[in-house]
Amino acid sequence: MGKFLRYLLVGTGALVMVFPFAWAVITSVTPGEAVLAVPPDLTPEGASLDAYARLLETLPFWRIVLNSAWIGATSTVLQLVTSAMAAYAFARLPFPGRGALFAVYLTTLMMPLPVLVVPLFIEMRTFGLVDTYFALLAPTIASAFGVFLLRQAINQVPREFDEAAVLDGAGHFRIFLYVVLPLIRPALATFAIFGFMASWNSYLWPLIIIKSPEFMTLPLGLATLHGQFTTEWDVVMAGSVISVVPILILYVFAQKHVIASVAQSGLK
Amino acid sequence: MTLTAAPPEARATHERTRPRKGWRYAATVAVFLLPSLVPLTLYTIVPMLGSLWTSLHEWDLITEMRWVGLGNYVELIGDPETHAAFLHTLYFIAGYLPLVYAGGLGLAMLLNRAPRSTGAGRSLLRGIYFLPVITSWVVVALMWKWLLNPASGIVNWTLGLFGVSGPGWWTDPDWAMPSIILASAWKDLGFVMIILLAGLQAIPREYQEAAMVDGATAWRRFRHITLPLLSPSTFFVVVISLINGFQVFDQVKIMTNGGPGGATQVVVSQIYDLTFRYGRAGAASALSWLLFAVVLIVTIIQIRGQRRWVTYG
Repeated sequence: MGKFLRYLLVGTGALVMVFPFAWAVITSVTPGEAVLAVPPDLTPEGASLDAYARLLETLPFWRIVLNSAWIGATSTVLQLVTSAMAAYAFARLPFPGRGALFAVYLTTLMMPLPVLVVPLFIEMRTFGLVDTYFALLAPTIASAFGVFLLRQAINQVPREFDEAAVLDGAGHFRIFLYVVLPLIRPALATFAIFGFMASWNSYLWPLIIIKSPEFMTLPLGLATLHGQFTTEWDVVMAGSVISVVPILILYVFAQKHVIASVAQSGLK
Repeated sequence: MTLTAAPPEARATHERTRPRKGWRYAATVAVFLLPSLVPLTLYTIVPMLGSLWTSLHEWDLITEMRWVGLGNYVELIGDPETHAAFLHTLYFIAGYLPLVYAGGLGLAMLLNRAPRSTGAGRSLLRGIYFLPVITSWVVVALMWKWLLNPASGIVNWTLGLFGVSGPGWWTDPDWAMPSIILASAWKDLGFVMIILLAGLQAIPREYQEAAMVDGATAWRRFRHITLPLLSPSTFFVVVISLINGFQVFDQVKIMTNGGPGGATQVVVSQIYDLTFRYGRAGAASALSWLLFAVVLIVTIIQIRGQRRWVTYG
């Protein structure tokens, strides 16, 4: 195959990947009725930020963005802490029934989310937690996937390091904090990125548990916007653009890391 | 146990100050374990068991639960709506998986053959192809619903330039599922490409070179060297795609909400509607366990069957 043809194919593919994003930006700044014009106007005259203004009138949009941000950050930190500690117990602290308990963790990992959401909704309702921040966070406090991933990482830390620390008089908490955690930083970073992405993009659980706009996260807010009367596409695309930007910035910084860890996952 | 290599006096000191057994050790284990175990129990294990219990009842979420034993399961297995939901889900998988695999493999091979000097270009391209993967399903579904808008979408307008009158996409029962498949394959293409690219790069170049010396054609090299040696990565993609494919929901909810006329009602949309539209939490729980059983069986079959076609090493 010729070099030219190869570049042409790869380039066309890249265009197909980028175009929908570009089109969303263009639509979001197209003024009023021109949005539905046929033929579509690739370079609309008099671009306006009117759609962004209307977005802020329809929904408490900044609050929704902030919700997504702090829920994402909080759930990531909680998962990191709880998973790293449990992973340390599974890797370094022998206790009776440890193997069986780890098997329970692995079983929950195989549970599809749809199996859990209905009873989880009922549980939250029983405790009067429907439509609260806590309900959004609850299912993401612990992560079986995180425990699994971080336990693998801790198992690769040579035990001689722990032993040296023990000789210096360190207890398990100090070994965990000053020996193990610094050595598994790459695994922690990978898990943090995926945890944040999962929370930022999550839709099914918020859809079920949240009713009021002030507790909504971005995906739910956008879906709600879309569901209202006739869809105003310029406003919906404006919301989409705003919701992509933060994750995009994060991605630009973490790109190498994200791609490397995805690439590795298939190599076993 | 970990200290067998340490000198005896060190071990003695250690055992005196930090007993391995006893309350203090138990407390240490508990402090490390409970922050994860308590929420996992409350928000995953209890709902799992609750779901099993609910599936044995008729329950509208408001009045008392009524015991029906396996009634929900029996009813669902004979229900045409369940069959339709599973069929639509299979239709989705049958369209999505070949598309995303062929596309991902094609791209991975094109990028893999690019010479080393274009390393920066390659990493930029990988970044671009991966962009939809990090974007939320809601945004992707909305963007594609707009692109595929029958009246004022840019896809039908472009088709019109070539004299093709575009279909009704998500408004047409025949085209609704293909629209969802298209958007899904577009979103996951980068993910599959990255995994296959890593697999391709793990294949030693000598194999290809040796085959070339022997005069093997490009097709034979692809068929007898690349594909077999790529099979572990292929296996991973297939397993993950099937597990996710059976749980398809977000894009369906946004793009068609199961319509038009139920043409894209998949299993998870059916679970959602049973609970929140028809007030049948018991039947919904039973259906979610049927889904889990199907996913589990399919995954086990794949793991069992991998010996036949997956080559390791």
